[in-house]
Amino acid sequence: MSSILPVPESIAAAFFNDIQRPALATLPCALPLDSGKVSAGFPSPAADYEDRRLDINTYLIRNPVSTFFFPVEGRSMEGAEIFAGDVLVVDRSIAPQHGHIVVAFINGERLVKRLYQRAGRVALVAENQDYPPIEIREGLDLLVWGVAVGKFKRLPI
Amino acid sequence: MPIFALVDCNNFYASCEKLFDPRLAGVPVVVLSNNDGCVVARSAEVKALGIPMGVPWFRIREQARRHGIVAFSSNYALYADMSNRVVEVLAQFSPDIEVYSIDESFLDVSGFEGTGLAEYGRQIRERVQRWLGLTVCVGIAPTKTLAKLANHCAKKNLAGAAGVCDFTIMPPADLDALLTRIDVGEVWGVGRKLTPRLQAMGIGTVRDLRDADAETLRSRFSVVLERTLRELRGTSCLALEEVVPDKQQIICSRSFGERVHDLEALQEAVASYLSRAAEKLRQQGSLAGALTVYIRTSPFNPSEPRYQKAVTVPLPEATADSRLLARWGRRILKQIYRPGFAYQKAGVMLSDIRPRLRNQLSLFSSSRATRANGRLMQALDQINARWGRGTLRLAAEGLDKEWQMKRGHLSPGYTTEWAGLPTVKAR
Repeated sequence: MSSILPVPESIAAAFFNDIQRPALATLPCALPLDSGKVSAGFPSPAADYEDRRLDINTYLIRNPVSTFFFPVEGRSMEGAEIFAGDVLVVDRSIAPQHGHIVVAFINGERLVKRLYQRAGRVALVAENQDYPPIEIREGLDLLVWGVAVGKFKRLPI
Repeated sequence: MPIFALVDCNNFYASCEKLFDPRLAGVPVVVLSNNDGCVVARSAEVKALGIPMGVPWFRIREQARRHGIVAFSSNYALYADMSNRVVEVLAQFSPDIEVYSIDESFLDVSGFEGTGLAEYGRQIRERVQRWLGLTVCVGIAPTKTLAKLANHCAKKNLAGAAGVCDFTIMPPADLDALLTRIDVGEVWGVGRKLTPRLQAMGIGTVRDLRDADAETLRSRFSVVLERTLRELRGTSCLALEEVVPDKQQIICSRSFGERVHDLEALQEAVASYLSRAAEKLRQQGSLAGALTVYIRTSPFNPSEPRYQKAVTVPLPEATADSRLLARWGRRILKQIYRPGFAYQKAGVMLSDIRPRLRNQLSLFSSSRATRANGRLMQALDQINARWGRGTLRLAAEGLDKEWQMKRGHLSPGYTTEWAGLPTVKAR
């Protein structure tokens, strides 16, 4: 555990006199007291390879600011390997296109479907024979909310 | 020369509620203040019904039923998350940004004149709309005061187009005509108090104020109003405040969900407000030298006996230790508490706030105890930051918190809690 302690500017300046520090004049400066222990002997050969551990956030999420999560209910998307209990990763910054799996608001419901957009026809299509496609005709209020870019789930242990 | 863009979310709280709930499309929505007291945000549909801001909920409940108005308790976690996302998007458009409030930010957009500032404003609006589903208006001008006005014009459709209004390219004659149509009360910093006094002097519109005599205004009012006038004339006097200055006072107060009668419950409330205030104090790396505690009965119910009292004590040694502050809070409350009243609100204020920096010299000299206390508070904050506020708390704060806020119409934490995520149907 590293402890953060404010350090008087005079001391901080002595540490940082060779790099740019734009906010130092107005902000108390926090220094980790025990980051980077100095020890005698050979440096670790792995030191240059630190911070490479994989982060699932960066794998699943392209644009964090526009990304939202939606848990799935129901079985109509099983053909696309989206099952009840999966949590969809939905990114609003991607422009929805034909073939995308989308979260859509339609007639007061939140649905997950594949977007069909060809030859002037717009429809929301399920990935399961038991569920017919929803044709978007006049009078049907459709809002394509965002594009699903991934999914995740915790397993019981 | 700076050029400011004020970006402001339309009907922010209500829009956040609508964003995740498809049943609310086209439905009038209000958001209520703490304890579901007053209307603090209205959707466009509610504004169209003529329901004013700030009206007590119980007074419009009948009307709400008739028009199918849906009411929400304030879901601060949701609004804060969406607000942070908006700021993140805005930061892509300018490195210089001042977050002015939960739904308003100033951007310095000087240097982007090449694209056309109005076009830049439209790009901002488009990206926030697409990425976050929230509608913003953009006002662009050479001063912050004018940018606020330009934003007002964009919002009310008085000038500009598609939610963007750029004063920097407006011909002077057009701007004059526009400012003649706006009440002086709309000017940033001219409040409800000043408006009638200005009107009495024949200053009724923004243009009247801009063209008024600066000397007269300064002598009759203040240099602040004179500065406003110079800003209206296009001279920038207010710079972007990118760094939030440390708070000089930290206040934490709340109305109770139900009236509180006994000292015990008040003690719990005061202890937990103090915990929260002390946490804020530590966040900004400060110590408090004085502590105020106050309690009061409802000011609205004439049939109940009224009582209110506030007492401030200077602390023997400035501190940010929740436990020490709670102990002092207890002592003050014991003094000001009178039995037999129905208390409606309690609050605490930390003042005489100073940076811990100055006291920091004691790091190497002072007793082990002080240092240990500091580390204990640090551990407390770290645990609560990781596992959620209130995970670790003082026993004095109580366990069941009967006095807590009433939030009967709270929407789920759509973006802030796993259990609150909005489900989608695969059907």
